[in-house]
Amino acid sequence: MVNSTVSRAKIKIEVKDLSIAYGGHKALGPVNLDIRESEIFGVIGPANSGKTSFLNAINRMDMMRTNMNVTGNIRIDDIDTRNWRNVYALRRKIGVVFPLPVGLPLSVYDNVALAPRLAGTAGTQAQLDELVERCLRRAALWDEVKDRLGHLGSLLSGGQQQRLTIARALSQSPEILMLDEFSIAVDPVTTMRIEDVLKELKSEMTIILVTNLVQQANRLADRTAFFLNGECVEIGETEQLFNGQAKDQRTNDYIGGKFG
Amino acid sequence: MFEAAPINLQNEQVQNRFRLMFGGMMVILIIPVVIILATLVIKGWPAISWTFLFTDPTNGMTAGGIFPALFGTIWLVVVSLLASVPLGVAAAVYLSEYAPDNMLTRMINLATINLAGVPSIVHALFGVGAFVIFFRFGTSILAASLTLAIMTLPVIIVSSWESMQAVPRAFREACWNMGATRWQTIRTVVLPNAIPGILTGVILQVSRAAGETAPIMFTGAAMFLPFLPNSVFDQTMALALHLFVVATQVPDIPESLPFGVALVLVGIVLIMNTLAIWFRMRLRGKKKW
Repeated sequence: MVNSTVSRAKIKIEVKDLSIAYGGHKALGPVNLDIRESEIFGVIGPANSGKTSFLNAINRMDMMRTNMNVTGNIRIDDIDTRNWRNVYALRRKIGVVFPLPVGLPLSVYDNVALAPRLAGTAGTQAQLDELVERCLRRAALWDEVKDRLGHLGSLLSGGQQQRLTIARALSQSPEILMLDEFSIAVDPVTTMRIEDVLKELKSEMTIILVTNLVQQANRLADRTAFFLNGECVEIGETEQLFNGQAKDQRTNDYIGGKFG
Repeated sequence: MFEAAPINLQNEQVQNRFRLMFGGMMVILIIPVVIILATLVIKGWPAISWTFLFTDPTNGMTAGGIFPALFGTIWLVVVSLLASVPLGVAAAVYLSEYAPDNMLTRMINLATINLAGVPSIVHALFGVGAFVIFFRFGTSILAASLTLAIMTLPVIIVSSWESMQAVPRAFREACWNMGATRWQTIRTVVLPNAIPGILTGVILQVSRAAGETAPIMFTGAAMFLPFLPNSVFDQTMALALHLFVVATQVPDIPESLPFGVALVLVGIVLIMNTLAIWFRMRLRGKKKW
């Protein structure tokens, strides 16, 4: 069944003929897809299928990599990302969570306050305190760290650091949240807590969830794309794909656990 | 199944043999250091006194103190650091954070490393040509300090570059993804975590700058100048050159005097290094990942 509220929603990210290559070696493409506002868009696929490159192309990290070539168009809110005059403002609208938790060697407080400070939107100390607390609460970390905000973020446990990364991404007040295999270094209980957080956040932002856990996509994603060896094999409603109604046999095989 | 395995004596013996071998090498390295320091202290200590440290040399340098040389060495080291540290760290920031990874960058890196191996007398002659003659600084503290700076730059650049490369790339990525510019990333994440390593390079170069004779003897250090420099455009005495002079050029000198000079020179270097190491340890204690 097609979820009608989702399909009528506004398109947030429009990807057209996107191809990514490193040097002469093609990593992904061509990809054509739309990501809608306030949905969780899952991207599944085995390693080396271009999932991370896809995320890097969206927030224009190709600028920081000399050998990464991106062709085609990515439009966010109907504006081509190449035409954004201020790429830093674009990146501030997009929060990113990495596979391995990255607690910067700053205090817990400074980790979360870093993005607003760099953007110059920190405001007064009271406003910043409130923002830090709100982000940590939403990342389900506040109760564990509220008494040691001055401690080093890089010394928290792995699961805590990953929630810290999420809190940091939220401090940008992002419109898009991209998670790249966030549960790879996190225990199952923490994973479930983060998944609950994501379900709540969904109403406020568009979430792109790259995962190598097929069932995680099934639990969270409204729609799912299947990438394989740099090819976008299929995009569909998650329910359909997981009910064995995938159009492509490879998708059925991957979801069914026959490979990958 | 786990079973109680017999202790393998042969293994233990091999372990012990290696431990002895490496330990022995360390002892061999330490022996000369201990002998040098002991000789300096035993023979030089009688010469050390407040008058020795804080008065001018007299009687054709066979008596009196070393204050102008002590003062001059500190001048030279401080001015050369003022030039070499900002320049070296800035160059390293460019090479590590901005330069594209291509042939040119790699050649510059290689050239820098090679420059560190150039004999100091070559730097001295460059200093004469560039600073004394071309820039018309004359033989002065400024010319000598800049020559020392040129000599110490390569090591400062290489060690700064290495300590910046040691900061995990993931930290930079996290920062960039937050919408930070390259410079913001360098300021907030890269440099604060690289400073202990940068300091290590600087520490090594302080000792070198204080101890080198060749680069300063043609560019700004005088054999005998019993008054203090007024500005960076004056000549000055320096401990390293003073030691050379009293040890080889002046007859009828009390034996303890050259050793005293050497002891003071080593003492200055040790004090500066200790300060820098203490500072580095404080920084390291704060930054961890």
